[in-house]
Amino acid sequence: MGAPHAVGEAASCLFPPLRSGRWVARAVSRYILSRLLLILPTLLAVAVLIFLLLRVVPGDIVELRLVLGGSYVTPEVIAAERARLGLDAPLWEQFLTWMLGIFRLDLGRSMWSGEPVAREIGLRLQLSLQLALMATLFATAAAIPLGVLAAVFRGRWVDHLVQVISVAGLAVPSFWLGILMILFLLSVFQYLPPLTFTPLWVDPKANLAQLIWPALAVGYRYSAVATRMTRSALLEVLGEDYVRTAWAKGLAGMVILRKHALRNALMPVVTVIGLEFAFLIGGLVVTEQVFNLNGIGKLIVDAIGQRDYTLIQGLLLLVASGYILVNFLVDLIYAWIDPRISYR
Amino acid sequence: MRMQRTGGRPGHRAGLAVMVGILVIGLLSYPVTAQTPRQGGILTYIVTAAPPSFDAHRETTFAMIHPIRPHYNLLVKFDTRNYPKVIPDLAESWTSSRDGMTWTFKIRQGVKFHDGSILTSRDIKASFDRIVFPPEGVISVRQAVYQGVRAIEAPDPQTVVFRLKWAVPSFLEKLASPFNWIYKADILARDQRWYERNVMGTGPFKFVEYVRGSRWVGRRNEDYFERGKPYLDGYQALFITSRSAMIAALKGGQALIEFRGVSPAERDDLVRTLGDRIAVQEAPWLCNLIVTFNTKKKPFDDARVRRALTLAVDRWGGSNALSQIAFVKPVGGMMRPGSEMATPESELVKLAGYGRNIQQARTEARALLREAGVPENFSFTLKNRDVAMPYEPIGIFLVDQWRQIGLHVSHVQQETATYLADLRALNYDAAVDFACDFIDDPDIQLAKFVSADISPLNYGGYIDRQLDLMYFQQSRSADRATRLRVVRQFEKRVLHDQAYVMYVLWWQRIIPYWRKLQGYKTTTNHYVEPDLSEYWLSE
Repeated sequence: MGAPHAVGEAASCLFPPLRSGRWVARAVSRYILSRLLLILPTLLAVAVLIFLLLRVVPGDIVELRLVLGGSYVTPEVIAAERARLGLDAPLWEQFLTWMLGIFRLDLGRSMWSGEPVAREIGLRLQLSLQLALMATLFATAAAIPLGVLAAVFRGRWVDHLVQVISVAGLAVPSFWLGILMILFLLSVFQYLPPLTFTPLWVDPKANLAQLIWPALAVGYRYSAVATRMTRSALLEVLGEDYVRTAWAKGLAGMVILRKHALRNALMPVVTVIGLEFAFLIGGLVVTEQVFNLNGIGKLIVDAIGQRDYTLIQGLLLLVASGYILVNFLVDLIYAWIDPRISYR
Repeated sequence: MRMQRTGGRPGHRAGLAVMVGILVIGLLSYPVTAQTPRQGGILTYIVTAAPPSFDAHRETTFAMIHPIRPHYNLLVKFDTRNYPKVIPDLAESWTSSRDGMTWTFKIRQGVKFHDGSILTSRDIKASFDRIVFPPEGVISVRQAVYQGVRAIEAPDPQTVVFRLKWAVPSFLEKLASPFNWIYKADILARDQRWYERNVMGTGPFKFVEYVRGSRWVGRRNEDYFERGKPYLDGYQALFITSRSAMIAALKGGQALIEFRGVSPAERDDLVRTLGDRIAVQEAPWLCNLIVTFNTKKKPFDDARVRRALTLAVDRWGGSNALSQIAFVKPVGGMMRPGSEMATPESELVKLAGYGRNIQQARTEARALLREAGVPENFSFTLKNRDVAMPYEPIGIFLVDQWRQIGLHVSHVQQETATYLADLRALNYDAAVDFACDFIDDPDIQLAKFVSADISPLNYGGYIDRQLDLMYFQQSRSADRATRLRVVRQFEKRVLHDQAYVMYVLWWQRIIPYWRKLQGYKTTTNHYVEPDLSEYWLSE
């Protein structure tokens, strides 16, 4: 991820000089369209993979729901429930039903709750997206200044301090930090963040009172990764010939840093931030548990534990789509940061 | 027809005098500090899982009972203060015929559904018809419990009659199942599956909102048929699946109780933090942990090997040690220790693995293993759920106990779905299994252990027609003494003669709750408690 022109297959060539505005617009449109078209076969492959993998994993939702507690359920009842859920149909038929539903923008109904999968996901997505966004904002706001300071003052006490903070951030799991936060708030202030989610537009205060703590816990680890990335990328750029030339020309340090060094150093940082953001949407399983957040991560784990095939399929498809979309956006941001990257 | 038990009929003059006497004595002995229930307040409590659907007739989980039960009534219910006594709910009285084949219930007048319509016997009949004779496309998981019911009739708006094929033992207790919610007949006539996603009952609280995975909210039913109840203005059930978040919520006072139970360590933590603001009630739990052996696999197909394994386990010592760290404690056979049908300790100690002299038992176990040709240091696998409490400590305990007779056991903890699939496919050597119920009744507790071709809960794979016959005999026996005798024979065959399974320990319920919650009384199970109508807040 060092040199900008090496990033991304579609963004790997230098931007041709002296082209007209219309040419650039057409190139951008072509590029976006081709990337969007590539998403479809990728998602189809993901769908097939998810469907098959789930069927390979042992376990049965009907057993879990009706038999687990030791209830006296007859084999006929178990068979009737399997038939009702369509689990007695051949695999190809189950897959076809699911695929046809997707083409109609219908992800089906959760086998566990009977609710539409889209509704189950939508309910949690709001919280997960907000949390991911808050954590990203916090991480970015902390990581870039800290990374720049560490790079600029390399080997000095500021650098050491930033290194200690960021290494601690990498070493401390977010959920553990979350538990410490809760215990601290509880024992010192006799305060516990709200346990149920209130949308931002309903009650911003209650919303932030619940999400600020997990956002800080998650954002700290996230910022540690980004800080280290900013520092190392910036150090690399600061050693480049064109930066030395800028110094030699007598440009102000701030101008060199902001206009020449930082902009180029941000490429790998953007990649890290993008991938982390995508991860946060579905990957905060334990942190969600600690703060009792009704998010996507918890839903994925519950659905897998319950062998709720339709819900897992919908969720994993969503997470895969999220990753693909974020990668796509990151590629677009690359080109915006570095005009040498072409849309081809 | 004779009156056998009644819920509210006027008695004779002598009876009245006795009742007045009891009332006077009761009033005199009532603690002077006892408080009058206070009206008002919202009770917030924790539910550690979310309900799959809202329909109790098709679900088996407490996760549906705890948040939704307050919206409904039953025909009859367990008295949580005197469990397992059955008291009226929607029925105000009942009688049974001399032969026990006909049960007649008189229904309260003027009970209203939350939509304002009046409840009649037609609603009771429609609800029980759905449970006992589910129509096409409707799942009733407790249908088998009521296979002795021939017909349910509603001859007039205030009368329901259950006609039985045989005198079903504990029939009244079976009707009092906390899952037998009474639904509205008109709604069921329109759509048998309406209740899977909707709520409409006669219970003490009306439905307000459900935010999936987050909270369930109910408010006081002003038209509730019991005057002055419920005491609470409403309730809020918070869905919290993480143990640490649950304990933090209890510590922080964001919730006052969780109705299932906590571990001894969690109890101690809460008591340490909250001091006298928290109270703790404990009771033997109608849940058990057993070990099932794969009887289709060598050497577990040999009863001597299975008996050796049960002989090696020191249940009495284990109870003392494990009850310090896990919610297990009572040592018992197949019926819950302390229940009417439980085997007393004097007889229990005669069964394999229950003797007080563990050294002698282990010597016998080694001899049995030698006799069966099992080599010293024989290795096998114990499969278990990856649930910390109480499965993990029990699994570790068993590994240690079997090590002491020269066996090497690998403890494999699996995610529940995989674990169940392995048990169903007989892909295991020995496995930790469990059962939880709402009633101490052999029909329900022993059903798991009849032959594998009859019971889908039998993971051992054995076919034993003697057991099937005994199960049938006890289930058809109206005479309690005869039934008890057959139950004991069944128990001896399962735990001692064939040692198909071994009971390790029964669970112990530990319920910490904020003292300001009044009217709560712990029972032997987490299914029968929360209709919330008796609870109130002192501040």
